[in-house]
Amino acid sequence: MAEPTAKQVLVDPLVNNNPITLQILGLCSSLAVTTNMQTAVVMSIAVTAVTACSSAAIAAIRNFIPSSIRIIVQMTVIATMVIVVDQILQAYAFALSQKLSVFVGLIITNCIVMGRAEAFAMKTGPWLSFLDGIGNGLGYSIILLLVGFVRELSGSGKLFGVTILKPVTEGGWYVTNGMMLISPSAFFLIGAIVWAVRTWKPEQIEKE
Amino acid sequence: MEHYLSLFVKSIFPENLALAFFLGMCTFLALSKNVKTAFSLGIAVALIQGITVPVNNLIFRYLLQPGALAWAGESLSEQDLSFVGLISYIAVIAAMVQILEMALDRFFPALYNTLGIFLPLITVNCAILGGTLLMVERNLSFADSIVFGWGSGIGWGMAIVVLAGIREKLKYSDVPAGLRGLGITFITVGLMALAFQSFSGIKL
Repeated sequence: MAEPTAKQVLVDPLVNNNPITLQILGLCSSLAVTTNMQTAVVMSIAVTAVTACSSAAIAAIRNFIPSSIRIIVQMTVIATMVIVVDQILQAYAFALSQKLSVFVGLIITNCIVMGRAEAFAMKTGPWLSFLDGIGNGLGYSIILLLVGFVRELSGSGKLFGVTILKPVTEGGWYVTNGMMLISPSAFFLIGAIVWAVRTWKPEQIEKE
Repeated sequence: MEHYLSLFVKSIFPENLALAFFLGMCTFLALSKNVKTAFSLGIAVALIQGITVPVNNLIFRYLLQPGALAWAGESLSEQDLSFVGLISYIAVIAAMVQILEMALDRFFPALYNTLGIFLPLITVNCAILGGTLLMVERNLSFADSIVFGWGSGIGWGMAIVVLAGIREKLKYSDVPAGLRGLGITFITVGLMALAFQSFSGIKL
């Protein structure tokens, strides 16, 4: 396999090889944070930062990691990064970190981070791995923000907490869609996104 | 007693880890293609969950929470180690998985062979770490944590078996090309989650 170029590494995961719609990675921790845009944005930034930094760190020491204990080494690096993010959030955005509750900690077991470390960072240099981390983080963010946008707008008529469509309960005209605020809606939305992406890029359709 | 029963049922149905909290989704979607593997995985998760949540509860209670080290001496009673929580929980989980793997290999080789590759994979299953973090956040007592651990593990296992059953039947249906595979699975899971929501009114 030829060494991928920086642009490829950065752009590919956005649509062509999106971690959520194609690789089925990283759904675990984060769908519950998409009920409003604010938490979705914070979560996207956190995951992108952790993926990029841990990929770069693991790539930098990849030649010194014995393959038999690599999982635990990767885990330790990732867990350290997540603790840093968690501490920063608690220090500068306490209310937000309360809202995200356990989901910041769950970035550790977010398969995107682990998956990229294992599949890419163990084989490539630090700079490319860093870009790969950013690319995959962004690919993940796109889906997260899209879902967050739809859920907050149709669920409560707001974006970033600012009322856009005035709901009936406050004397406006918009009847809020309560289903968008409970968990199943995220699944439907992602299912629809997968469908849309695969109609656009038919080569991603699964064989029977 | 009623308190424990209610906690148990609550952690299986209305607060199902997979369908209400989106935990363990990667494995949930990737390994639910047939009932047999789903069943083995479900058992493995329930086992590990039932062990790690109480163990992590003890660790949190006697090592990490603010003032938890008071038993080790007066000078340590002010220490707050909760910031190393994440790294200790994941280490406990990894260690437990390893120990369980060795124990099963030695005493129950048949079960060990069925579980096969799934055991090590559980280390990175968010449902396990999620269970522990929820336990810490809700500040459950030791007895509560045992009930919660088993309940949530069994709930997760049940959800994956049900999903696998549905997916086995889906093979025979004519799904639009773009939805085939992953897309329709998402929608199925969404419908299951809606169904599980109806349990949330239950008060025991």
